[in-house]
Amino acid sequence: MTLRFLTVRFIAVILTGWCAAAQAEITIVIDKSGKGGVPIAVVPFEWRGSGAPPHQVADIIESNLSRSGRFDAIPREDFLNTPHERSQVKFTDWKLLKAEGLVVGRVVQTGNDFQVEFELFEVFTGKSMVGLRYNVRANQMRKIAHQISDVIYEALTGQPGAFDTRIAYVTVETNSVGSRTFYLEVSDSDGFGSRKILKSTEPIMSPAWSPDGSQLAYVSFEERRSKIYLQRLSDGQRTKLAEYGGLNSAPAWSPDGRRLAMALSHEGNPEIYVLDVASRQLTRLTRDRGIDTEPAWSPDGQHIVFTSGRSGRPQIYRMASNGGNPQRITFQGNYNARASYAPDGERLTLITNQGGGFHTAVYFINSRSLQVLTKTLVDESPTFAPNGAMILYATKSRGRGVLAAMSADGRVRQILKVQQGDVREPAWSPLNRKL
Amino acid sequence: MQKVKLSILMILMIGVTLAGCKSKAVEEGVAVDEQSIGDGSGGAGSVGLGGDEGALGQALPGDIDPLSQRVIYFEYDSTAIDADSQAIVEAHAAYLNNNYQINVVLEGHADERGTREYNLALGEGRSKAVSTMMQALGIGPERIQTISYGEERPSALGSDEASWSLNRRVEILYSN
Repeated sequence: MTLRFLTVRFIAVILTGWCAAAQAEITIVIDKSGKGGVPIAVVPFEWRGSGAPPHQVADIIESNLSRSGRFDAIPREDFLNTPHERSQVKFTDWKLLKAEGLVVGRVVQTGNDFQVEFELFEVFTGKSMVGLRYNVRANQMRKIAHQISDVIYEALTGQPGAFDTRIAYVTVETNSVGSRTFYLEVSDSDGFGSRKILKSTEPIMSPAWSPDGSQLAYVSFEERRSKIYLQRLSDGQRTKLAEYGGLNSAPAWSPDGRRLAMALSHEGNPEIYVLDVASRQLTRLTRDRGIDTEPAWSPDGQHIVFTSGRSGRPQIYRMASNGGNPQRITFQGNYNARASYAPDGERLTLITNQGGGFHTAVYFINSRSLQVLTKTLVDESPTFAPNGAMILYATKSRGRGVLAAMSADGRVRQILKVQQGDVREPAWSPLNRKL
Repeated sequence: MQKVKLSILMILMIGVTLAGCKSKAVEEGVAVDEQSIGDGSGGAGSVGLGGDEGALGQALPGDIDPLSQRVIYFEYDSTAIDADSQAIVEAHAAYLNNNYQINVVLEGHADERGTREYNLALGEGRSKAVSTMMQALGIGPERIQTISYGEERPSALGSDEASWSLNRRVEILYSN
């Protein structure tokens, strides 16, 4: 098989109007690891340049693949040699290590730019599965490492990767006299490269990505009560979307990006409404005496699931997205809330209490079965990766709010924490458009 | 960028101003309250339950005044106001009935358990339960503002029942 290197000219995504780069990076701690993934060897990339390379591309790739739960990285100390291109690879060595996939590559400095190339081999056959070359600037290298991770993930699993995506979350800093500052932040999917995009002395909640990834809707208390805002990521421009009397909460984008479902209480107790973004026309969908909140659209836009207290305790209900009679769909446990769909439309991730605390769970809609994935007690805000392979959620570790990234089967888990303060309310972006 | 900074500054300033107003108003409110209770005027008559407590516990006079308590606590996932708390609400309603120039803000809160958006709704349910009771006691709805902060502004930071029970609350705040 002849190898063809494809040259991809990388175009910078310019994010102006953002607040300064974050002072506090997120640190990652492996909380739970498990064998059972595809064994893969990621060889440290060769570096041809002056000084140290801007980023260790192979480290980022290996960390991503491991985090997904689909791969087990073979320890580097076991490697018999460190090839950087096809001519240097002895497949028998990698067969000995039981590697099924092998990734090699190099980073070459060319003036101010860098050429990053990699190749993925199937060890058993010795065939090249994919090889690509990119020309990038130093500040694009992390993004390219995520893109390479996506290419490898898709080549080996047949499903799209979701490493080259972003997450939004809220951080809270408490100063020495106890007053708190809230930030809305956006980072790479692994928590690196964070940017603060909003600062407030009042709470910020419920960030939600528009389906094209260009905007966030969220709830801010900056005017002393909950109102829903839209913020464009490119230039930071903000629009106030909902400031009805009472609660303005839980914004959720329709898959076509034209409407947002939300929970409002200006006509009594919290009910589910749909607001058309362009016309600002508001349609009420629910009508009952219990709390209705936390709407989420099915990927095909046909249904909305939401949390309702109409039966006495919070449970998940589903209705047509244009209204109609809601059907209760969760019956196991005395508290099921904040459901959101996987991209396959067949699974929901939600928070459940079966009597022992508030855990992250996956509900299989067709089989009506609930799989509890965690043992932590105060989990919140679970969100599927846009490829459905991982779940990000908020929990507490030693009294501090942290994020946890978990394979969708709960087998592999990492904790993401900020250096000081709490982090909460994660939301995973849609898949990035391919370059 | 400039705009963002400016609005942040404004938020900060508004926050500081409001915080200042709030605590001042509350302090003044409580100070005046004690006098109005002492007057034994009509509305304050419903503070009879305070006498009950005194008989039971023989507490110091300052401690039995329900008007000195401006926080109503709730059970888990509940918006029900228990008998002790009803006495507190009645005392505040009486005070408001005697002080027409003063309005009230009812700030609902929840503990950290469960989801944030549901807790925001729960906090609203609690503030509205107090509002409904105050309205039944003769306070015009135009004088009552309800706000929910859900679990976003805990008063105790622990993850235990002692902290949770302090966080499931409605704070009664006076404004002019």
